[in-house]
Amino acid sequence: MASESRLRIKTLVMVFSMVVCANAGDLLLKRGMSEIGPVQLTVHGVAEAFRMIVTSGTVWAAILFLSGFLMSYMTVLSWADYSYVMPAGAFGYAVLTLLAVIFLHESVSPRRWLGVLLICIGVLLVGQTKPRTTEVPSEAAVA
Amino acid sequence: MMRVILALAVLILGSTGGEIAITHGMKSTGEPERLRPRALLQFLCRAMRNGWFWAGIPLMALSFYSLLVLLSWEPITFVIPASALSYVVGTFGAKYILREDVSVARWVGVLLVCAGVILVAAG
Repeated sequence: MASESRLRIKTLVMVFSMVVCANAGDLLLKRGMSEIGPVQLTVHGVAEAFRMIVTSGTVWAAILFLSGFLMSYMTVLSWADYSYVMPAGAFGYAVLTLLAVIFLHESVSPRRWLGVLLICIGVLLVGQTKPRTTEVPSEAAVA
Repeated sequence: MMRVILALAVLILGSTGGEIAITHGMKSTGEPERLRPRALLQFLCRAMRNGWFWAGIPLMALSFYSLLVLLSWEPITFVIPASALSYVVGTFGAKYILREDVSVARWVGVLLVCAGVILVAAG
């Protein structure tokens, strides 16, 4: 029982890390690319955009967060079900809507709020199922 | 219309297929013993030597390319809700390919998430 609650906690921590890293990465990437401006689709334009991208601190911060997302995603899939992690990750849509309301003061339609509510109920339903339903060897056993 | 359906199929099957291949690769790498930074880094390096991981990456890249193409043809309020179907396809893949035990509660949760994503993306 203790190991099952430990498994659930570490899975939820990893899913939370995925959601935070993916949202922060997307927002930073959007901000970084807005700072760079529209990319001209010519050889010179693409080369110039590349130079600005690799010297942009915001884009590097975005890459760091998106790498964090990939690492959390890969790690959690080594023990948890794909059918558990995939819908739980959709919680990001709800977080993004809340962030847009709180920080960007965007107005949100009732239809979108209903969507957020359905995602939250769906994630809660999936969250209370067993995170792992298949046999998973430990890393030491595979090595 | 036909080309949109085809691109949507590539988007959904590519992302789902890629994620299933990566999940299979991660499961065969095994669960990490500890969640400390050094141990995790070693674990991730081991995972990247797994062939299934590298089978998944091109499928996900193909899916991403298909997403970009679809976004150039159709509005985002159509593309993202339509791609939410990947939650259902992914759950079928988890059940029949990865042999996960998908309970009724999990199915209901997946369908609610799918409907929610459609509503959020449609705005």
